[in-house]
Amino acid sequence: MITRLLFALAVVLTSATIALAVEPDEMLDDPALEARAREVSQQLRCVVCQNQDIDSSNAGIARDMRVLVRERIVAGDSNDEVLEAMVARYGNYVLLRPPFNTQTYALWLAPLVLVLLAASIGIAVIRQARRKKHEKPDELTAEEEDALRSVIDTPPTTETRQ
Amino acid sequence: MKRLLFASPVIVALVFGAFFLWGLNPERDPNSIPSVLISRPAPVFELPEVAGTGVPGFSNADLEGNDAPVIVNVFASWCVPCRAEHAVLTRLVAEEGVQLFGINYRDEPEDAARWLNELGNPYVRIGSDIDGRVGLDWGLTGVPETFIVGPDGTVLYKHIGPILGDVAIRNFTTALAQARQAGMT
Repeated sequence: MITRLLFALAVVLTSATIALAVEPDEMLDDPALEARAREVSQQLRCVVCQNQDIDSSNAGIARDMRVLVRERIVAGDSNDEVLEAMVARYGNYVLLRPPFNTQTYALWLAPLVLVLLAASIGIAVIRQARRKKHEKPDELTAEEEDALRSVIDTPPTTETRQ
Repeated sequence: MKRLLFASPVIVALVFGAFFLWGLNPERDPNSIPSVLISRPAPVFELPEVAGTGVPGFSNADLEGNDAPVIVNVFASWCVPCRAEHAVLTRLVAEEGVQLFGINYRDEPEDAARWLNELGNPYVRIGSDIDGRVGLDWGLTGVPETFIVGPDGTVLYKHIGPILGDVAIRNFTTALAQARQAGMT
């Protein structure tokens, strides 16, 4: 009796760490298939709660979707085929990780393009600044030298001192 | 180069401003989920009748070959907005003479029958989607949702949420009128 109680307590305590939306009657008997179902479910967006995956959502439709995912997996679909079946119903919106295709090039490539753009602007600015630092100023022409010397050599007058 | 550098804050402000303008547009609903069904044939399904309603169930075949576009409404007796929408749909059927199909989503037949007895039944056919599977096939995100299906069985329009309020009713009747016009030509 006591061992049984302890066992029940252990089960309750260990399972409490993960928030379970998947109810026992949904689960598949085969642990390998169930693991695949969990993996697929975590990639699917709940269409009611929107930013939650269906694996952790308690919404009724999320439950229906989980059941459908499991049915397809039992029927022998690959993970990708299950995802495709969901996309056929709900569009790419249902995928938490958007696919890489013509519609999403901007989404996927924009960060890379922006980083490259920022880096090239940064490098250009730094290079220009560095060039300016190392550049020697143009030599003075002969006339300028003469003018400069005459200014330096002439003792200051009282007027300029005012 | 230098001029470009000085202009950059203005350019950044303009880009951000345009983005905010787009984001603040009251017409834009970030929660709306685009339906993949639009301009595609309605999903294949077959739903049994809801016992006690007196109207037969239906399948996707019943949505094809109609004289005019029809409306498919997903409803449930437990859905509070559906109750308010019911009056709008009833009026639409009476005024426009449109055929209204109902998908009774995740509902007990007795509850649905009682609900319709109380409020009246504007539906020509009602299918019982008790396990919600057909709802998934229609890409349902909640109840109620309403579709306009063309005579060839193509889904033409989807309305998410109850058809309530002037804007929603106007949008829906406009879509219905457009669907009818498209069918005539």
